[in-house]
Amino acid sequence: MTAFLAAVRRAAAAIALAAFALPALAALDANAVRKLGADDTDDKLAGIATLAESADPAAFAVLTALADDSLAVLKDGRVVIVAGTEARDAATGAPVTAGAADREAITINNRVRRALADALAVLSLVSPDRAVRLASARSLQKEASPDLLPLILKAADRETDDEIRQLLVVAAAALQLQDPDAKARLAAVKRLAGSDSPDIKLVLSTMLEKKPDGSFNEPDADVRAEIATSLRAIESRLGRLEVVGNVFSGLSLGSVLLLAALGLAITFGLMGIINMAHGEFLMIGAYATYVVQNLFRALAPRALDWYLAAAIPVAFLVAALVGVVLERSVIRWLYGRPLETLLATWGISLLLIQTVRTLFGAQNVEVANPSWMSGGIALAGGLVLPYNRIAIILFAALVLAAVWLVLNRTRLGLFVRTVTQNRAMADCVGVPTGRVDMLTFALGCGIAGLGGVALSQIGNVGPDLGQSYIVDSFMVVVLGGVGQLAGTVIAAIGLGEVNKFLEPFAGAVLAKIAVLVFIIVFIQKRPQGLFALKGRSAEA
Amino acid sequence: MNAIATDPAIAGRPAAARAPSRFLGLYRRGGWLALGAFALITIVVLPALHLAFPAGHPLHVSSFWIALVGKIMCYAMLAVALDLVWGYAGILSLGHGLFFALGGYALGMYLMRSIGRDGVYGSLLPDFMVFLDWKAYPWYWAGTDSFLYAAALVVLVPGILAFVFGFFAFRSRIKGVYFSIITQALTFAFMLLFFRNNTGFGGNNGFTDFKRILGFTITTPETKAALFAITAATLTVTLLACRYIVTSKLGRVLTGIRDSESRLAFCGYNTLWFKLFVWTFSAVLAGVAGALYVPQVGIINPGEMSPANSIEAVIWVAVGGRGTLVGAIIGAFLVNGAKSWFTGAFPEYWLFFLGAIFVLVTLVLPRGVVGLWSQLRGRRG
Repeated sequence: MTAFLAAVRRAAAAIALAAFALPALAALDANAVRKLGADDTDDKLAGIATLAESADPAAFAVLTALADDSLAVLKDGRVVIVAGTEARDAATGAPVTAGAADREAITINNRVRRALADALAVLSLVSPDRAVRLASARSLQKEASPDLLPLILKAADRETDDEIRQLLVVAAAALQLQDPDAKARLAAVKRLAGSDSPDIKLVLSTMLEKKPDGSFNEPDADVRAEIATSLRAIESRLGRLEVVGNVFSGLSLGSVLLLAALGLAITFGLMGIINMAHGEFLMIGAYATYVVQNLFRALAPRALDWYLAAAIPVAFLVAALVGVVLERSVIRWLYGRPLETLLATWGISLLLIQTVRTLFGAQNVEVANPSWMSGGIALAGGLVLPYNRIAIILFAALVLAAVWLVLNRTRLGLFVRTVTQNRAMADCVGVPTGRVDMLTFALGCGIAGLGGVALSQIGNVGPDLGQSYIVDSFMVVVLGGVGQLAGTVIAAIGLGEVNKFLEPFAGAVLAKIAVLVFIIVFIQKRPQGLFALKGRSAEA
Repeated sequence: MNAIATDPAIAGRPAAARAPSRFLGLYRRGGWLALGAFALITIVVLPALHLAFPAGHPLHVSSFWIALVGKIMCYAMLAVALDLVWGYAGILSLGHGLFFALGGYALGMYLMRSIGRDGVYGSLLPDFMVFLDWKAYPWYWAGTDSFLYAAALVVLVPGILAFVFGFFAFRSRIKGVYFSIITQALTFAFMLLFFRNNTGFGGNNGFTDFKRILGFTITTPETKAALFAITAATLTVTLLACRYIVTSKLGRVLTGIRDSESRLAFCGYNTLWFKLFVWTFSAVLAGVAGALYVPQVGIINPGEMSPANSIEAVIWVAVGGRGTLVGAIIGAFLVNGAKSWFTGAFPEYWLFFLGAIFVLVTLVLPRGVVGLWSQLRGRRG
């Protein structure tokens, strides 16, 4: 409570100053204010209670001053707030000219201090500042005196913010559960059955536990039965929410994997090039995003929120260009020698990493989310779907659609499929296979660059970014089956979901290991992946 | 696969007819002389020079060189093991670092236990277990206070893992790059596992701060020289054993598997067991190399299992020339020598250099240094 009080005081300082600046703000109940200056503790308590019920920000300022020992009483009984050498009438806010000798500081004892803390908590519930209300509601939920119950209920009725209201309802219910009357407790338990807060679940399950002496925390058997029913309802609702949350984070992880692996599905899946530098193309895309962001920051700070719109084509082109250079200079000499390609592209990846390290430094660079991406959709039960994750899921779907269109609805796509199926025959009928190879590889690398844009929004951007995705990407492509976009999609989403559903039981690392082991075992059963090519091309 | 020309020593040679004995026929006279010279220098001369002369004497071999060459010899053993499967059977493993590290961890367990109560916390348990508030050794540490048992683990753990993994992989005919990628995933998974503190192998930091081995203090020059000589001897024996295998009928079958596995299968060979044998044997060699590595370097941590390490080992073989065995040793010395020099002189250029080696060797030097040498010699002759 003291930590909370300190926080409230800090927030209240601003309000108190505002009260000084606006003397006409409000006239408080002069009688109540006067009681604060009384010698008798009970009078003081009565004054505090009246002021607390007034739900007036000015009362908040007065009570804060009392808690801070900066409230004083004049000889004529008027109460003033002292700030440095100035003093103002606590009730009206009018300046008071009386000298320091004429006033006497009001001292408070622990009983008053306790009442004051409660009153401040209640008063901060009506603060116009959402953060203050939230802090107050949180503190009330943890600990509140039963006397505050009506005030909390009133504040909950008034509250417009869902999160705060939820906290208040829980706080009120927790208080009602302490009611000596079993009927009131029963009613509270019934009301709580509709809740979806993990905190209420905790409160209720504590009541079902036994005290050290063997008696239940909740003495009444009927109430206990009702609690069990309510708990079941809450648990099933929370369970459903958890499933929704898991599905969402699995989908989000799956989209990331898909974006990382989609380019590889083209270079490895369609062309059969083992590009170990694939991860570095993700990194190039992420660094391109970083550069575009900095350009926007320097040249068009007002359009900064839309830098991603420019970063997407830039990342694609940069990565595709590097891909073209790589294909022309190294990879085309190694077609048909997959193991050598593997080694050479690993070398390329080292070169790219070290180049980026030389250009941008070994430290991670900072890529900020545009402001429209921060925050998220708050669902019940504390479940939040962040906007950046949603954006990535949508982005992955768009990229996937674009790739599908390119492969199935354009001339290049036709050529790509032709060369994949029968290179010699394609060559014979005049398909420029060398050029198609180059463009396909560039397309795969460009898509990796797009993946890099997405990764820059959710994780660290550093020279080693690609290394952490390379194994995952290959797993997705291998699991999905070479040469099949559909397989890649299902494998990526499936791996994402499996990972996220395993995590709660096994922890992140073990879940990852389990998935890798699963893939290794799966490949035993279906060496061609989920969706094997059928027919003659399969054995090539 | 056909890019590698058949080793002239194997081609069309009824080995037994020409050589006086199977063993002596492993190398021709020049080869035996070179091998003998290498063995003499590394097993006897270098350790002796290290011990016999005081530091500062012109003939003294400093402990820096003993440590560096000793380490590289372990790497060379790993490279020979890799060359056996890649160069001869065409199985490219991107996960041999895993077997190397497992061998190292197996011996490391013994080394950790022989620290006794000399650790920071003065407990019989290793410091990291004290730190985790563990009260007893987990079951898989049982018996590791015995050197013999730990030595058996060095062979058994990589061997059994490779056997099981290989059995399933080869049985379902996973080959080529698929096999490579899966071995990479395997070592990656193990790296994640060993990074966890709760796995019971020291997490991030692995095993370090060894005090003694078989009762000898591990840091004295005598122990170091002995470890060095043992490593050199093991490397020599490994080379001969691998040479023995690849020049045998078994080796011919392996080369057949590399060049055309299906044709061999049509001829009636069950390629599974040949591949499995050479794969498991190679993993055991890698494990032994790791076990020799740990006491000399003084640390083993999960970083050794990173995919990057395993693939770097592949480039040693490629630089030296795959399918030659000796080339693997030469490659390991060349690349690691360069690494040690670069990281001292120009650390920021090492990755450029390494990356360039990967690209250039595959593009212009597919048969490695050994291939280049025999090519030049052939042209002159």
